[in-house]
Amino acid sequence: MKPRHKRFAAIAVGVAALGVAAALVLSALNKNLVFFFTPSQVAANEAPQLRDFRIGGLVVPGSLKRQPDGLTVQFIVTDTARSIPVTYRGTLPDLFREGKGVVAQGHLSSDGVFQASEVLAKHDENYMPPEAADAVKKAHAVVQKTGQTLVTDPQAEAKR
Amino acid sequence: MIPELGQLALALALVIALAQGVLALAGSARGETAWMGVARPAAWGQFIFVAIAFACLAASFINKDFSVAFVAANSNSALPLQYRIAGVWGGHEGSLLLWTLILGVWMVAVSMFSHRLPDDMVARVLGVMGLVNVGFLSFMLFTSNPFDRLFPSPLDGRDLNPLLQDPAMVLHPPMLYTGYVGFSVAFAFAIAALLSGRLDASWARWSRPWTTVAWMFLTLGIALGSVWAYYELGWGGWWFWDPVENASFMPWLMGTALIHSLAVTEKRGTFRSWTVLLAIFAFALSLLGTFLVRSGVLSSVHAFATDPRRGIFILVFLTVVIGGSLALFAWRAPRIGLGGRFDPVSRESMLLTNNVLLVAAAGSVLLGTLYPLVLDALGLGKISVGPPYFETVFAPLMAPALFLMGIGPLSRWKKASLPDLALRLRWAFAVSLVTAVLLPLALGRSSAWVSVGLLLAFWIVASSAVNLWDRVKNAASGASVAARLASTPRAYYGMLLAHVGVAVFVVGVTLVKGYESQKDSRMSPGATEQVGGYTFRFDSVEEVTGPNYVAARATITAMKDGKLVVVMHPEKRIYASQESPMTEAAIDPGFTRDLYVSLGDAVDSKTWIVRMQYKPFVWWIWGGCVLMALGGLLAAGDRRYRVDVQRQSIGQLAAAQDATAAGVR
Repeated sequence: MKPRHKRFAAIAVGVAALGVAAALVLSALNKNLVFFFTPSQVAANEAPQLRDFRIGGLVVPGSLKRQPDGLTVQFIVTDTARSIPVTYRGTLPDLFREGKGVVAQGHLSSDGVFQASEVLAKHDENYMPPEAADAVKKAHAVVQKTGQTLVTDPQAEAKR
Repeated sequence: MIPELGQLALALALVIALAQGVLALAGSARGETAWMGVARPAAWGQFIFVAIAFACLAASFINKDFSVAFVAANSNSALPLQYRIAGVWGGHEGSLLLWTLILGVWMVAVSMFSHRLPDDMVARVLGVMGLVNVGFLSFMLFTSNPFDRLFPSPLDGRDLNPLLQDPAMVLHPPMLYTGYVGFSVAFAFAIAALLSGRLDASWARWSRPWTTVAWMFLTLGIALGSVWAYYELGWGGWWFWDPVENASFMPWLMGTALIHSLAVTEKRGTFRSWTVLLAIFAFALSLLGTFLVRSGVLSSVHAFATDPRRGIFILVFLTVVIGGSLALFAWRAPRIGLGGRFDPVSRESMLLTNNVLLVAAAGSVLLGTLYPLVLDALGLGKISVGPPYFETVFAPLMAPALFLMGIGPLSRWKKASLPDLALRLRWAFAVSLVTAVLLPLALGRSSAWVSVGLLLAFWIVASSAVNLWDRVKNAASGASVAARLASTPRAYYGMLLAHVGVAVFVVGVTLVKGYESQKDSRMSPGATEQVGGYTFRFDSVEEVTGPNYVAARATITAMKDGKLVVVMHPEKRIYASQESPMTEAAIDPGFTRDLYVSLGDAVDSKTWIVRMQYKPFVWWIWGGCVLMALGGLLAAGDRRYRVDVQRQSIGQLAAAQDATAAGVR
């Protein structure tokens, strides 16, 4: 092979390898993206049935219940317009509190309960995960238009 | 008064930095010796004035001057002294001040240890660093002034985040920043090479120890952050692929590629444009990392919208630095040339493959980190990219790089022979393969992943041993083994040590991932649980009081085969200034395993949710990082960087190489 052919072959191999790597990376990314939905969006059936997703909002005060085994907990997450029941088995993060923001990752079971595999602790200075804050803000925009609300949360009101 | 002094010092430092950047660069372009002479004293000037500003801010923290907004946000009258000092870098403004202080330290170091360099090169390097400092100082003065006052001043501060009240967290930011900012030296050397059109083996020799030292600090900084996350966040994870961690990991990957590419540029005069490009990228990612973590963009892209000045400044600054240096690269790179030729099977090509893999890894981390931010900023929805993405991408990219770590150092420059390599390494491979298959069986549970991980780790160690043996065997005959070992350059030992560090790290990661076990349980006094072959007995919980918190403190006894191993005391703390409780895990560290116990929620006054974990070989992860850093230290301390007896001959060699390379082209 002449040097020029050699160089061409090297470049071709390099480009092919790069293409394969890029394809692998993009498919991995596509498979592992986790989308975020607000309780209102879940209520409107916008959330996927088969893959995991995240929900966020406020934990309804007084909704936290512990099963007799002590490990499984249930609570209700609301964006102040709609709410969704959540169950989670495991240790809750330090920042989890009733009336505060929360983000959970998991899937929706057939009975409409969100089965969380992970409850996230975001260390934000006002202890409100940005996704949760966003969900509440969106719901408020809707509520202001339609003039109805299902749950009111005084602490969330005070924050604004 | 003190804060105003600090502000004045910052403004003066900005003026000096501007003068240094402009005069030194213009002087070196026009050959004005007097202008170039400004560079060294100006470096000292910036350092001294930034140090004064830093001291002023520290004094405001120590004096509890809550009229300074930054102090009020990151300190509290009950905060112990050491954490009041650490509070200086506990937030955005102060950490920028720390950044410029460290830049000052690096500039002073360059001006002190650069007497072997030509004056115009020193002027260019310091000039570029001065311009970087202009960017940071004006960012601080115009958008994030640490000395801003509050009126009326609050009675008490908001307190330093309790998570940051920890020794590792006191050291982590300075270490990390020393690494980040250290890459500015490599960057400045690269820009200086582009400006002067001079890039040869001696250039690489100047630039190399600086880059290696910066890389060493970055390695330690990342490891400290990981240790901190392990014991302080309370859940026993050591790496979360969180954007904050990724922000420090990307420059590390790029920096690792850079130190290997520099090796080729120094030894062979090859990879020149590539080295320069890597230096630019490593520093660009350091800047990106600093801003990602400190600008608030991660907690919400919309934080940018609430304070657009900061966001716009950051974007403009990044564009100028990255765009400007890439434009300069496009314009000048043809002049510095590519360097010598090499065969597809040679040490050069293996290092090139390693480089490409590391850069691809950095690119995939960048994609996973920035993609959610970009989508959110464009209003296309909120997504997150979790650990599974990074793990899927990382394993196939790093496995070949680890395999090459065994072969690369043994192969010849320019043209290596595969059959010869196979012959030399056949025993190393056989031994590592057998061990990797048998060891998991001995440990009781085998899986393909554990075996692959162990195989790669043993392979690196075994081939490093072969490498050392060959070196001793082939050294000048007649010399004793000790003499041969003593005459081997330190840089060589540094390389071996760092590679063994990678192997130790891989062992840690593989065994933790393969054999860790965990159990969450509801426990009352007297209850026992079995985890990882250990029995945990929950004895009691009592209330204890700390300096600025109260805590529930549990007593848990760990036993093995009926014998007492350790008594552990995990805590749940409530800090006076915070609403939320904090989990303080109890850890019994060991060479081959950690026991890790943390308290969840209280079910009633005596019953708690307890998480018990068995973490085999977890300290090997950070031990590996320390070995890598020590390897870097050894390499950077090599004799040839300090003594210039060979300088002349190396210069001639490089010139000869240039001539042959030019002839071939």
